[in-house]
Amino acid sequence: MDKVWLVIKREYLSRVQKKSFLLATILTPLVFPAIMGIFLWIAVDETSSSALRIIEVVDENNLFFLESSEQYAFSFSNTSIEEAKSLVQNGERFGFLYIPKLDLTRPNGIIYYAEKNPSMGLVSFLEANLKRRIEEQRLFESGIDPEVINAYRTKVDIQSITLDNKGDEKISDATVNYAIGFMAGILIYIFIFIYGNQIMQGVIEEKSSRIIEILISSIRPFQLMMGKIIGIGAVGLTQFLIWVILIGGISSIVIGYFGMQMPQQQVMELTNPDMSQMINGDENVYNIIQTIQGINFFQLTLTFVFYFLGGYLLYGAFFAAVGAAIDTPSEAQQFMLPITIPLLIGYMGLFVFVLNDPNSNVSFWLSIIPFTSPIAMMGRVSYGVPFWDLALSMGLLITGFLFSTWVAGKVYRIGILIHGTKVNYKTLWRWIKTN
Amino acid sequence: MELLEIQHLFKSYGSNKALTDVSLNIPKGGIFGLLGPNGAGKTTLIRIINQIIEADQGQVLFKGEKLHPKHISRIGYLPEERGLYKKMKVWDQLIYFARLKGMPAVTAKEKVSYWLKKMDIISWKDKRIDDLSKGMAQKVQFISTIIHEPELLILDEPFSGFDPINAEIIKDEILELKNKGITLVLSTHRMESVELLCDQIAMIHKSYKILEGSLENIKQQFRPNKYKISLICDSNNLPLDFGAQIKNGLATFTVPLGQDSPNQLLVKMMDFGEVVSFHEILPSMEEIFIQQVKEYSNG
Repeated sequence: MDKVWLVIKREYLSRVQKKSFLLATILTPLVFPAIMGIFLWIAVDETSSSALRIIEVVDENNLFFLESSEQYAFSFSNTSIEEAKSLVQNGERFGFLYIPKLDLTRPNGIIYYAEKNPSMGLVSFLEANLKRRIEEQRLFESGIDPEVINAYRTKVDIQSITLDNKGDEKISDATVNYAIGFMAGILIYIFIFIYGNQIMQGVIEEKSSRIIEILISSIRPFQLMMGKIIGIGAVGLTQFLIWVILIGGISSIVIGYFGMQMPQQQVMELTNPDMSQMINGDENVYNIIQTIQGINFFQLTLTFVFYFLGGYLLYGAFFAAVGAAIDTPSEAQQFMLPITIPLLIGYMGLFVFVLNDPNSNVSFWLSIIPFTSPIAMMGRVSYGVPFWDLALSMGLLITGFLFSTWVAGKVYRIGILIHGTKVNYKTLWRWIKTN
Repeated sequence: MELLEIQHLFKSYGSNKALTDVSLNIPKGGIFGLLGPNGAGKTTLIRIINQIIEADQGQVLFKGEKLHPKHISRIGYLPEERGLYKKMKVWDQLIYFARLKGMPAVTAKEKVSYWLKKMDIISWKDKRIDDLSKGMAQKVQFISTIIHEPELLILDEPFSGFDPINAEIIKDEILELKNKGITLVLSTHRMESVELLCDQIAMIHKSYKILEGSLENIKQQFRPNKYKISLICDSNNLPLDFGAQIKNGLATFTVPLGQDSPNQLLVKMMDFGEVVSFHEILPSMEEIFIQQVKEYSNG
C-alpha cells in the first residue's frame, strides 16, 4: 500500500508542478467568460452601431402596419413594384416587401425582395406581424371589436413547485435544472476523456521507455496501474476544485460590479412604458433565484464528485488497458471504440432523453447502467431523483468500476511487457482469460 | 551456500518455448555470467527472477526460500532496454526508485547523495533526464539499480551505451560491488567482459541450459588438447605438417597432444631444438560460445 501511495504521489506531483497545468487551470476559467464576453460585446456593438435598415413596403390592401424597431424602419409607399425593386438594387433600401391584393382567408403571394437572403429573425418578425394583422382584420370583419379581443388576451405562466415526502415545497424552474444537468453531464464527459487520455499517455510513456521493467520488478502491475489512475484522478479533482473557487470568485466580483450599476438601470427601465413585460421579467428572475436557492448544492456537489470519480475510475481502467496493449499513441484508435461508444450514448442520451424527460424509462436505464450513468444521472440529479434510484445507480457504478479495473488489470499486466507484436481483440481476450 | 536456486523452470509464450527445464545454482558472492544468443530465453529467466512474470512450472529459491514479493527489495535489476522518466529530475527519480524498492525516505536521500557524488554527477541532480547526455543518463540508470543495496544484482548488458571511459568506471563499480560480497548476475554477449569478470557461467540456447560451471572448469572441458610450442632450431629439421612459422630462427607452431602425456610431448619436442615456450591452448569464451551455439543449432 505504501508503494501505491508513492506512485500516486509521483503521478500527482509530476503533473501539478508542470507549468502547463498551472496555465490551463488558471486560464480556463478566465478564457471562457472572456470569449463569451467578446461575443456579447460584438453582438451588442453590431445591433447598436449598424445603420438603420429601411425596408420599403408596398401594400395594395392599405391594411398593414409594421412598427419600426431599432434595426429596421418601414417606409410605406405606393410606388410601383419595378420602382421599389430598383430602390433595392441601387442600395437605397435594405429590402422590399410586396403585399398583393389579398384574399384574407387564403393570404398568398406576399414577397420579400432583397439583395441578401433575409435572416430568420426578420422573416419570422414579418410573418408574425402580418399574421396578427390578418387575424384581427378577419375578426373585425366577423363583427368582433379588436378592443374586446385585446381585453381578453391573457398571459399564462405556470409556476412549478416540487413537493418532497416531508411536505417541503420548493419553487423550481425547469430551465435552471436543465442548465445544471447539462453542465454537470458535459463536465463529466469531458473530464473522463481528458484525464483518461492522460492515463493512456502515461502508460505508453512507461511502456515505450522501458521504465516499466524497473517498476514491475519493484511493484505489482495492478498496484502501479491503480496508483496511476488515482494520482491522475486527484489531478483532475484539484483542477476542478480550483476552477470552482476561481469561477465562484470571479462571478461574485462580476455580480458585485454589475450589482452596483443595477439601480440606475432599473430607474431607466421603469420609465419604459412597457411595464407589464417588465414585471413579468422580474417574476422570472425571482423564480430562477428561488430555484437556485431550492437546489441542494451540497448534495449536488457530492453526487457530482461521486459520479465524476466513479465514471473516471470505470473508464480510466480501460484507458490504462488500451495504453498497455499498444506501443505508440497512433495505434490507440482501434481500441478506442468500446470506450467512445458507451460514453457517446451517455452523452447523446443526456440531451435526447434525460434532460427532456428525466423520469422516462429510457432516462431511468441510462442513469442506472454504469457505462452511461455518470453522465446521464447528472441530468436527473438536478431535477431530484428518488433515493432508491440513486442508491442502485451508485451501487452498480461501484460494481462496474471494480469489474472494469479487474478486466483492465489482466490486460495491463501482460500488455506492458509485450513489444512489437500486433495486438488485436482476440489477443486481448486471450490475456483476459489467462490467469 | 547458494543464493539462488533455479529448479526445473518451464515457460512458454503460446507455442514458443522460452525456457525448457532450466535448473541453475547461483552461489553467494562472485559474478555469474548468463550467456546465450538473442532470443535464447535469458530475458525470460531474468524476468522470472525479478518476479515480473511467473514460470509455467518449476520454482526459484532465494536463500532457500520460495521467491516472494518481499525479496524484491533484495534484488536490483538493470534491464537491457534502459528507461527513465524523461521529464523527471535526476534527484527525484532516484529517490522514487529507491522508495519503490522499500527504502525509508531518510536513508534514500543519504544513499542518492552518496552515489551521485561517487559517480561524479552530483551537480546534475536538478537536471531533467532529457537534458543529460546518454552516458550521464546511463550512470543515473546504474545508480537506480544499486541504490537500495541489493544482495543480488542482475545486470542485462551493462556495458551497452557506455563509452570506453565510462564502461571502465562501471566495470570498476561492478568489481567493487563483488568485493563487498554482493552477488552479481551478468547477462551479456561480450565474451571479453565475461572472461574478465565472471567466476561462474551458464549458457542458455533455444530455451535449454547447455552449459554450467566455473570459468576454469568450462575452459578445461572444452580444451582442444593442443599445445603451442616455440623453439630455436634449424627449420630443415622440423616435420612439414607442424606448419611452423619461423621468425629470426624461432619456430612457433601448434601440435595436438595425441596419445602422449604433456611431458612425453615435451621430451619429443626437445629433439628438434631448444624449447623456449610450451603451453596448452585454452579456448576463449568466444570460441566456446560460437562452437556450442553451432553444435546445438545443428543438433
